[in-house]
Parts: sequence; structure tokens; C-alpha cells
Amino acid sequence: MTARLIGWLDERLGLTAIYATVLDRKVPKVNWAFTLGSATLFLSVTQALTGIFLTVYYVPHPDQAYESVNYIMTDVAFGWLIRGIHHWGATLMVVIVFLHMLRTFFYGAYKYPREITWLTGVLLLLITLGLGFTGYLLPWNQRAYWATTVGTSIAGTAPLLGPFIERALRGGSDLTTLTLTRFFSAHIWMLPAALFGLIGVHLYLVIRLGISHIPAPDE
Amino acid sequence: MTESEHEQGLSRRAFVSGVLAVLGGTITLALGLPALAYWLAPALRKTPSDAWVPLGPVEGLPPGEPTLFTFTRLRQVGWERSATAYGIFVIPLPDGTYDVLSNVCTHLSCRVTWKAEAAQYVCPCHDGHFALDGAVLSGPPPRPLDRYEHKIEDGLLVVHVVEA
Repeated sequence: MTARLIGWLDERLGLTAIYATVLDRKVPKVNWAFTLGSATLFLSVTQALTGIFLTVYYVPHPDQAYESVNYIMTDVAFGWLIRGIHHWGATLMVVIVFLHMLRTFFYGAYKYPREITWLTGVLLLLITLGLGFTGYLLPWNQRAYWATTVGTSIAGTAPLLGPFIERALRGGSDLTTLTLTRFFSAHIWMLPAALFGLIGVHLYLVIRLGISHIPAPDE
Repeated sequence: MTESEHEQGLSRRAFVSGVLAVLGGTITLALGLPALAYWLAPALRKTPSDAWVPLGPVEGLPPGEPTLFTFTRLRQVGWERSATAYGIFVIPLPDGTYDVLSNVCTHLSCRVTWKAEAAQYVCPCHDGHFALDGAVLSGPPPRPLDRYEHKIEDGLLVVHVVEA
């Protein structure tokens, strides 16, 4: 019965072809360092899921942001767990993404024909850092407020465009409710949309080109 | 994979698939069940919706006229606290019991005041008039002033407040 159902679906959706293309790929003999990309993908999905759940209670307003985070941590069942995974997952994701980049660099896996995989990877790294930067403000505690004050001030020291960039990041000259809402918007919509779009391109290229082997000493 | 593994009936591929399924299922459950509890938490919480509130000593209150007692109750929903003000008229009756009336008009919830010269409660919003015992005399109110369940404990009048 199930076999017939799967066969019926497969004939119409081409599931086994997708499965074979995506998962039954031929790979060279590699080591554990080649799991860092999958680890990054797993972490980004976990971050998305826990982040979605955090928005059930979080309110991006200066009067309520801190209180609502406090409520998640102390009053909601498993709130500490959901936020804890999001908090530590964020740190871990930056670390793992970086290690993934180092592996690609040292094995020379960015070379022809994988330049675009590398370029999208660089963008994904920047987006990951952007997610960390914007997410840091959202608890709206002293550390968040001053870290963002310092971070946006650093952006303001850029030559020529600095003051404009600082105002654009803050939504004005100071850190206000407008800064909080635009950081929130960037953190839950703009950056994740860009992230998952680029992950799609990145994975398509990995599947299309296959992964490179570990270079031999004489290569 | 080797021939012997084949003969034992568990290929390397089947083993890895099994381990992956168990790990994936465990992670899904370990994250999914707490997430469900997290989402349902406020819905499953029972907030006390009634309380017995001591108003104060009622001995020596002027008989045959209402005395207004006021108090405020705090309520917390999530991280938001709100305050509700209550006004309660207490009228000592000749038989030693008390009438305990809400000062909220039964028409549109404005607050009524006691007009001693007319011996009536008057609602300022739509000119509703109530008698000393809360009965409607004139105006739009659909029913008499609400009464509170009450008791005397150690000389204090205690009223039963039920929150909507």
C-alpha cells in the first residue's frame, strides 16, 4: 500500500530523482572537516525555528523589549531553552561558518569552477555577522544598547560616507525606538530572506559541481 | 562494504540511515515538544479570577446612607501590569446587615455618585437614576446596580470580587 502510494507520488513529483541528485551524490574520500557546511545549514535552520518561536512573545519596543525577553526567560515554559539555543546557536554559527571558510580556503576548494560558490559563501558570512550584530540589540539591555552605540559609531568613522552610514543604521542621530524596529526588521526579515536565498544558490552550486577532493601534496 | 556485512543483513548504508533517523527523531522531539509547551504556556496557565477583598471596618457607618469604599487591584498579563479601580457603596441596614453595591452604572459602565439631597445615585453620562438600594428609578440603565457577595470577618467587611 505505502509502496504504491510512494510510487504514485513519485511518478508525479519525481521524488526519487530529487533524492538521488541531492543526497546520492558521488563524493571523493574526505574527512570530518567536510561536515562543516552541513553543520552550518543545520544551525541556520535551528536559528530560524527558535527565532520564529521567540517572536511569539518578543515585542520590539523600548518599553517592552527587555520586559518581554525577561518574561520569556522566567515565565514561559521552556522559554530559557528556546532563547538559550538561539543565543548559543548564534555564537556557534559564527564559529562554524568561519571554520567552514577556512577549510574551503586551505583545501583550495574555491578554485575553478567553484568561484561563485565561494562568492556566495563570502556574502553568507557577512549576512551571518549582520544577523549577530542586529540580534544583539534586541534584548534592549545595557549591554545591547551600548554595544550597538559603539558598533554604529565605528561604522560612522568610515571616510566620507561614515556619518551617513551611521544615521542610516540608527534611523537617526541617536539610538531610539526607530533603531530597535529597524534592527528587528533586518534581523527577522531582510537578512534571513537574503540568507536563505543565497543558501539556495550555494547548495545548488554544491550539488551541480560536486565537492572537490582533498588536494594531494604535489598539487 | 564487505561481503560479510552483507551476509549479516545490515549494510553500512542501512546502518547510517538508521542512526540518522534515530538522531533526527531525537533532535526533532527534544526541540519540538518544548517548543509546543512554550507556545501553549499562557493558554494553559490558570489565573485566579476572583478574590475576597477586605474593605475595612464597617461598625459606626452612618445608617441608611451609602459610604463609598475605593481600592485598586493590579493585574498582570504576560509582562504587562494594569490597574483596575473599584468603588463600592456600603449601606448599613436596620437589621444589622449591609447592602454592598457597585458604583458602576449598569448602562455603559460610568461611575455613579450619591446625591444626598435627592437621596439617589446619579450617573453623569446618560442621567440614570438609582434608589438607595440600587433599584433603577429612571434613565437608560437596564438593571439595578450590581451587588457584591460579602461577609463580616473580625469586624471587617470582606467582599467577593470576580474579575471579568
